[in-house]
Amino acid sequence: MFLESDITALFITLKLAAITTLILLLLGTPLAWWLANTRWRYKFMLEAVIALPLVLPPTVLGFYLLIALGSNGPLGKFMNFLGGQSLAFTFTGLVIGSVIYSLPFVVQPLQNSFNLIGRRPMEVAATLRASPLDRFFTVIVPLARPGFFTAIILGFAHTVGEFGVVLMIGGNLPGETQVVSIAIYDHVESLSYSHAHGLSALLLISSFALLITVYALNRRYSFNVKE
Amino acid sequence: MTIDIKLELAKENFNLDVDFSVPLKGITALFGPSGCGKTTLLRTLAGLEKANGTIKIAEDIWQDDTIFVPPHKRAIGYVFQEASLFPHLTVIKNIEYGLKRIVASNKSIPLKQAVELLDLMPLLKRRTIHLSGGERQRVAIARALVVNPEILLMDEPLAALDDTRKQEIMPYLESLHDELDIPVLYVSHSWDEVTRLADSIVLMEKGRVVDSGNITDVSTRMDLSFNHQLDASAIIEAKVIAHDETFHLTHLEFSGGEMSVVQKKLPVGHSARLRILAKDVSVTLEQQTGTSILNIIPVMIEELYNENPSQVMLRLKVQDTILLSRVTRKSAAELGLKIGLKVYAQVKSVALLN
Repeated sequence: MFLESDITALFITLKLAAITTLILLLLGTPLAWWLANTRWRYKFMLEAVIALPLVLPPTVLGFYLLIALGSNGPLGKFMNFLGGQSLAFTFTGLVIGSVIYSLPFVVQPLQNSFNLIGRRPMEVAATLRASPLDRFFTVIVPLARPGFFTAIILGFAHTVGEFGVVLMIGGNLPGETQVVSIAIYDHVESLSYSHAHGLSALLLISSFALLITVYALNRRYSFNVKE
Repeated sequence: MTIDIKLELAKENFNLDVDFSVPLKGITALFGPSGCGKTTLLRTLAGLEKANGTIKIAEDIWQDDTIFVPPHKRAIGYVFQEASLFPHLTVIKNIEYGLKRIVASNKSIPLKQAVELLDLMPLLKRRTIHLSGGERQRVAIARALVVNPEILLMDEPLAALDDTRKQEIMPYLESLHDELDIPVLYVSHSWDEVTRLADSIVLMEKGRVVDSGNITDVSTRMDLSFNHQLDASAIIEAKVIAHDETFHLTHLEFSGGEMSVVQKKLPVGHSARLRILAKDVSVTLEQQTGTSILNIIPVMIEELYNENPSQVMLRLKVQDTILLSRVTRKSAAELGLKIGLKVYAQVKSVALLN
């Protein structure tokens, strides 16, 4: 039912989603923590920028990324300067695009979670001799577990499901940048519906399973953080 | 040994501006109406909020112009108004959280002692969501105690509890006072709590310290408006000297006399605190006989204070003890009450506070 190229696309998709999610957790956690705690006046502007991928057509985002990553764009020039090549139509370029594209799906649940927890648990831990990092990992991370589940799974699933951005900056190089969503598009274009069916059903079922996992885990692990 | 506090901070509804010292001994109440800056002051001591000024505890500087010791490096215990237990940890893990983070040589209050003192043995394995409000607060107190604080900061630990729960916790706070040698700074707006627990008191109003001193002095000062409320009362430190088994009374001794109260199961020699409401004390010029009143104390009038056109508050003194008596202005005039006059105080009712 699956062609060898489909399996490769599947593998690339999973690799892309996994790497993207990992980077997003490393970047998104401090960013969300900062947003939840800062009293900066212009915080709303940054929040709007982070939320942009939610409303922007992926092709628009992809287009600007393509320009930025291309050999004449700022990022491209920077890469040339480092002696590398343009990132457009490479896997690395895809990762950069996906990180930006899925950022709100990771930052927002984390930020909500941190806001819900409030300052009190950190204050309590501070009076119990825990240093800032210590209290973040021993108090905030466990209390924000539902937020982390949601962030990881939404970030992952959303990256698996992206199409427009990938098409714009990754092109459609089999074995390099061809992901499942684009493989499905190709199958439909060439009227091989059975192959499209196989991949589509796989994505549908796995996405559904992931979301069920999020909601089930959130029920199981949520704490009543307010007394 | 004192903790010296000099702080300034502009807040929305008041300006905190204080300069005072608190003895590092016993329970000191930080007393005042809601919104007067008590909690802000306590948070600043803990390092949870920043204000300009200096904080010095014994010889350690926690804050001055150049130094700001972060909260986790201050030797404090902090009990918040809401117990604020960690919901992801069991009771025992909550108590151990701070304990694990202090150096072994500092563990002078063993976990076992704190657990026994607060009666937590049956709760240790429980998850915190299954605890009652009173139980939660007891766990929070134990958690703050085991980090061996140089000072325990308590921010209205009873305010979030209903009356029944308050009465349930009060004995624990009293035993804390009797059995452990940790100085406590206790924020409260409840005069009742303060009279039961505090040794000394710092009065606050609108971000400033109005007065401070020994609880027995402050509670009988005529120039403080809260001493003229309906439940104005004198606090007396006393000691159990004997029990009368026939009539079930407890005899107590204080500076200047003795008193009998309805029997309480306290060992002879135990210290006790008495509260006598001003409205329960009347005065006579001669010692009455043939009266049902048990406690009659010879005193001297030290001060008369006209509370309103019909009532006078008398400040009565015998040795180091002060009593308050509220009488009508008419009686005061007819008896010729004046400063220095020796009279007999008839005490109709005495509350033993512990």
